[in-house]
Amino acid sequence: MGQQYEASTLGMWVFLTTEILFFGGIFLAYTLYRNQYFEAFKEAAHHQDLWLGTINTAVLICSSLTMAMAVYFSQLGKRKALVTSLVLTLILGVVFVGIKGYEYYEHIHEGLFPGSLFHFQSPMADQIQLFFVFYFSMTGLHALHMIIGFGILIWLILRARKGDFSPEYYGPVEVTGLYWHFVDIVWIFLFPLLYLIH
Amino acid sequence: MTTAVIDRIPIETEENYLNASYGVKSWLLTKDHKRIGILYLLAITVMFFVGGFFATMMRLELLTPQGDLMTSDTYNKFFTMHGIIMIFFFLIPSIPAVLGNFILPIMIGAKDLAFPKLNLLSWYIYMIGAIGGTYVVIAGGVDTGWTFYTPFSTQYSNTHVIATTLSAFITGFSSILTGLNFIVTIHRMRAPGLTWFRLPLFVWSMYATSVIMILATPVLAITLVLLIVERALRVGIFDPALGGDPLLYQHLFWFYSHPAVYIMVLPAMGVVSELVAAFSRKRIFGYKFVAFASLAIAFLGFLVWGHHMLVAGISVYSAMIFSILSFLVAIPSAIKVFNWTATLYKGSVSYDTPMLYALGFIGLFTIGGLTGLFLAALGLDVHVHDTYFIVAHFHYIMVGGAVMAYFGGIHYWWPKISGRMYPEWWGRLSALLVFVGFNLTFFPQFILGYLGMPRRYHAYVPEFQVLNVMSTAGASILAIGYAVPAIYMIWSLKYGKIAGNNPWGAAGLEWTTTSPPPAHNFDETPIVTWDAYEYRPPEEAAVVTVV
Repeated sequence: MGQQYEASTLGMWVFLTTEILFFGGIFLAYTLYRNQYFEAFKEAAHHQDLWLGTINTAVLICSSLTMAMAVYFSQLGKRKALVTSLVLTLILGVVFVGIKGYEYYEHIHEGLFPGSLFHFQSPMADQIQLFFVFYFSMTGLHALHMIIGFGILIWLILRARKGDFSPEYYGPVEVTGLYWHFVDIVWIFLFPLLYLIH
Repeated sequence: MTTAVIDRIPIETEENYLNASYGVKSWLLTKDHKRIGILYLLAITVMFFVGGFFATMMRLELLTPQGDLMTSDTYNKFFTMHGIIMIFFFLIPSIPAVLGNFILPIMIGAKDLAFPKLNLLSWYIYMIGAIGGTYVVIAGGVDTGWTFYTPFSTQYSNTHVIATTLSAFITGFSSILTGLNFIVTIHRMRAPGLTWFRLPLFVWSMYATSVIMILATPVLAITLVLLIVERALRVGIFDPALGGDPLLYQHLFWFYSHPAVYIMVLPAMGVVSELVAAFSRKRIFGYKFVAFASLAIAFLGFLVWGHHMLVAGISVYSAMIFSILSFLVAIPSAIKVFNWTATLYKGSVSYDTPMLYALGFIGLFTIGGLTGLFLAALGLDVHVHDTYFIVAHFHYIMVGGAVMAYFGGIHYWWPKISGRMYPEWWGRLSALLVFVGFNLTFFPQFILGYLGMPRRYHAYVPEFQVLNVMSTAGASILAIGYAVPAIYMIWSLKYGKIAGNNPWGAAGLEWTTTSPPPAHNFDETPIVTWDAYEYRPPEEAAVVTVV
């Protein structure tokens, strides 16, 4: 059991390394164009809803807290508290994606979705479109990771309710925690890059 | 006569991984790393022959200077499909997913990989990708070259670019999962006493390969995502007309695709280390140097991607740096070649089929590696860039190197996999055919390239015909060399001699268990008190055992 626990934690760390390289590629591309088309990216960032972005950041940080609590309660073997923390994490995650969805809706409404839906009158329209290509790709990939996380959380909740976890066996909760915190950290980088830098 | 009769009496009353359970379901839902290795073997063999079909058609077209067999459009699709299938669906998974899956856990005395379910999942992911690739072949192909260079792939090509890149993207995840599984397995599952420096060198090279898989593959994945976004939405991430930068695409693409060369050749080097030691009956000369050379190649492999872009418009200073770094890769590669050669010295060398492949590898890899230095030299690269010289160079590495070692490894471990021997005479014949056919195919291409014949055209000037005819003749011999083993391997499943546990008298934990191994590999967990490649004279080894 000890070997299995160590193996699954190491496995998750290796997987997260892969994820860093995955997001790293798109961060690199973003950074390149941000420098090349500085003015256009500045202009585009003004079309972001800073309030919604800030609220979402707070929601996500809270979900990390509840996730950390879930790991803690699983180590103590407190089943009810574990289930509650996991459910809270899931709810906060869904709220995050919901708000994100609303932001998408607004952007599409304003004609900021890249491609044939893009309607923006500016001499820098192509470059501004490029910003939104990155905005939608990066936040979209992030949201996809969240949604995958929902599936894992639901699976954990069902198992936790059955009492599968104990102080001797809580590996899946801990490993999911690693994943959840990672997805959180990605957002911590996305938020300043896409909302705050003007 | 009598031996033949005895051989056919089924002695397989012992339980092994093949007869532990029966039926299609027991295979498709298996968590046994050995069965998953076999599933991979079947899948990639099919892909190998599909990719080989396209190569055959190209060589037939190039028999004459005019484009008479197919149009230039069809030819573009054929060389693209050849590259994509051979690289993503054959070479990348070949040694790791087949031999690595089967042998690595046994080599380290483990019951299975660390994550057996993940291992099965990786095969299914591979199959989804491979079916996508096959769909593209049937639906009409793709013509961008295997590199999918933008903006051609995103704005101009009217072939199945998205389906192809999506298939490559999906397949990438199967190799990430395999790499992850191997890393954790090597860290956590080694038998008691099996320290890092007692590991067989195949394990070291699989470790280095896995590191590349988990670090490089995700970069290709995100690059292909961006490519798909650009093509689907008609925006300009990599299209200069819309403000994008095509060089960025090339940087990102080669950041994966150069290390990918080492995903193909490092496992091959691992196999060759095993073969050279086993058939020289000696410990590998300079074990630690060979082990660390694998890690050095994996590390340096991440720093040389720019040499694919030396004439693409990068600055002269970065070109110089990439050139120097590319020269550095030659050092660990040469360390390996010299150490293998030194191992042969005063060894009791026997020339069984696997050893013939291994020796072929050493020679061909040396030629491939040295011509790589030509290409890393800035001035010479301008002359031979995009000619047949480069085609010959990378085929010497990938076919002369990786495929030769794969075949050598399959022959070497076949008795363990199937419990039966392949026919030795036919084995040696096929090894010879492959070696001769390969050189006849690709050596003339070095000359063609040096004389200036560009790659990726279906027609050429008449002066080049003699060398092209030689190349096509060689390809025909090569095709026979590859088909023959496919036939006798299947034949040997029923009629091959019973192999016994250790037909080669080789060292290594995989030879201490039965052939084929039981489902859990070992009845008792082995305790390792000896170094890798313990080929001392029996009396000497006996003394050690008593102590």
